[in-house]
Amino acid sequence: MAEKFDVIVVGAGMAGNAAAYTCAKAGLSVLQLERGETPGSKNVQGAILYADAIEKIIPDFRDDAPLERHLIEQRVWILDDDSCVGSTYRSEEFNRRPYNRYTIIRAHFDQWFSKKVQHAGAMVICEATVEELLLDGKRVIGVRTDRKGGEIHADCVILADGANSVLARKAGFRPELDPKDMALAVKEIHFLPQETIESRFSIGEDEGVVIEMAGKVTAGMMGTAFLYTNKESITLGVGCMLSDFKRQTVTPYELLDRMKRHPAIAPLIEGSDMKEYAAHLIPEGGYDAVPQVYGDGWLIAGDAGQFVNGLHREGSNLAMTTGMLAAQTVIELKAAGKACTAPNLSAYKAKLDDSFVMKDLKKYRRAPAIFHKNPQFFTTYPELLSKAAQTLIRVDGVDKRTKERQIRQTFVARRSWWGLISDAFKFWRAVESK
Amino acid sequence: MHSVVCIKQVPDSAQIRVHPVTNTIMRQGVPAIVNPYDLFALEEALRLKDQLGGTVTVLSMGPPMAEAALRKCLAFGADDAILVSDRAFAGSDTLATSFALAATIRKIQENMPVDLIFTGKQTIDGDTAQVGPGIAKRLDFQLLTYASKIVAVSPAEKRITVERRAEGGVQVLETRLPCLITMLEGTNEMRFGDMADLFRAARTPVKVWDREAAGIDDPGSVGLKGSPTVVSKVFAPKPRAKRAEIVETADNDPAGLAVTLLAKVFTQHPKLDRELTKTVG
Repeated sequence: MAEKFDVIVVGAGMAGNAAAYTCAKAGLSVLQLERGETPGSKNVQGAILYADAIEKIIPDFRDDAPLERHLIEQRVWILDDDSCVGSTYRSEEFNRRPYNRYTIIRAHFDQWFSKKVQHAGAMVICEATVEELLLDGKRVIGVRTDRKGGEIHADCVILADGANSVLARKAGFRPELDPKDMALAVKEIHFLPQETIESRFSIGEDEGVVIEMAGKVTAGMMGTAFLYTNKESITLGVGCMLSDFKRQTVTPYELLDRMKRHPAIAPLIEGSDMKEYAAHLIPEGGYDAVPQVYGDGWLIAGDAGQFVNGLHREGSNLAMTTGMLAAQTVIELKAAGKACTAPNLSAYKAKLDDSFVMKDLKKYRRAPAIFHKNPQFFTTYPELLSKAAQTLIRVDGVDKRTKERQIRQTFVARRSWWGLISDAFKFWRAVESK
Repeated sequence: MHSVVCIKQVPDSAQIRVHPVTNTIMRQGVPAIVNPYDLFALEEALRLKDQLGGTVTVLSMGPPMAEAALRKCLAFGADDAILVSDRAFAGSDTLATSFALAATIRKIQENMPVDLIFTGKQTIDGDTAQVGPGIAKRLDFQLLTYASKIVAVSPAEKRITVERRAEGGVQVLETRLPCLITMLEGTNEMRFGDMADLFRAARTPVKVWDREAAGIDDPGSVGLKGSPTVVSKVFAPKPRAKRAEIVETADNDPAGLAVTLLAKVFTQHPKLDRELTKTVG
């Protein structure tokens, strides 16, 4: 006789944990299945934790969650080969409790989150890979794991199985993944003494800095790079679209090695001890890549549903929010004594549309396509910006009016007047349209 | 049949480094695993249970985090798990550890007599191979070390036959139960538990016993106080100056490769060259 639960959650990432926790807290019988050795052992993120999303699920998370540093400074850098143009926003507002964003190390954070899930009453089983969904006609009635006697039944299965979305693809709920919708990111964690980090970044204890980077660091590919300060380590990484990696000869780790040698970055990590490296897919197809997210007996949450705001580097908060909304949908149906049919579960889609998740994805709907078609944003402009800054700042007896003309001329020579206007319009459409 | 399998949670020694300056072991970030030798012991106990029925209890002494190792053993198919954990045990050497584990097993026997105790041949972090024999001695159990195979067990006659790997061959040994067996590595392969095992493991709480629950009245007999061993120094061996050289083979030519290798040996050891020339004349 197969075991039966109200809800089976597949995956113990941010979405899966949010879903399992919310369901268990509401008294549903929950089984969470994770293929990794421990919850979180397969998870990779930058990682920044956005307080708002976790606070809605576990209001007092600050009491015991393993948080590295709260962020008080955000830098944005456009990198050329050996220079960088940037802006910094630092505010004491970010130093007031409750803090808004934190750096975290997922290996620690996910263990904590999973303990909360288990204390809430969910059964968490690791090292069991869900190989396929059990179907009765078109209705999902459970899962089958790779273990002998692996059939387990549930009224509803929440698929939080990550970027590859294997289960939904196998069941035919969604098409194959498109390389143009997926980014591949690589990252490393470099250990440094706490005092070194604090002096290099001019920060106090517990205060942190984020550096978001674009430009030559992605070797002409559509992507970004990042550097975050943890308590006793620095996380840095770079990610580009898979379709671009396919065309380029550069490998992701070469890209990361180049980034580490950049004169603006090398001094920040000098003398550090690299302790961890990881790579992961990030679904960055945006609004149009979001598949069908519900059906008879199933819901999709997190990366599996492509819920990532690539432009703002937000993913974990979308994962937690979608996991929570999926759970709430099931909880409400259960409370009303309704079955988890597709029409009933469509309430999930309504919740998503009503939340920042779909609103943000919709706002940037055109961004992926525009950036795919216009590589100049990742190649020509960083170079032009750097040259312009160089011309302006260097004092060499040339008068300022001539300097300005020179800058104008380099821009026009590379992009033409029409090109510049059109690029400005495209950029505006990418970030401002809906 | 009631088997007790003693296991230890150890740092994955493949990933341990000794700090070059302070000479202390750097455990930070090193994953904790079940001592690999103990898994051969557990699998052997599970196989006996498959054959003869009965119960497999896993037992460990360690800090609270060692519960994870016991959970893992439950997921492999063990029925019950006991963690003896108490600050009083901190700093135990093999004498104190075997004392504490023996006392715990005596407590276990109050509920269900123990026929067999299994341990791995040694741990990968201590490498002493002393705890198993220590437990057997204290409980007055028969002792079979370095067993490579369990040939037969007869619960009715209370007899056991095992193969033991020894210098120059294999011994076939027979003795009576109750008995403690330390299992050699490579003797079996740990099973992949069924879904039912995973569910049972998830539902079985690991029992945590403190010193008193384990039946130890005198705190001085365990922990640092009960441990005569003193680690006077830990140091990392000096890295070798010479590196191995990689010789490329060209066109799958074994004769050519042999000549190259011999030439290299003789250039590095001119004395050998001279002596050989002398002998050959």
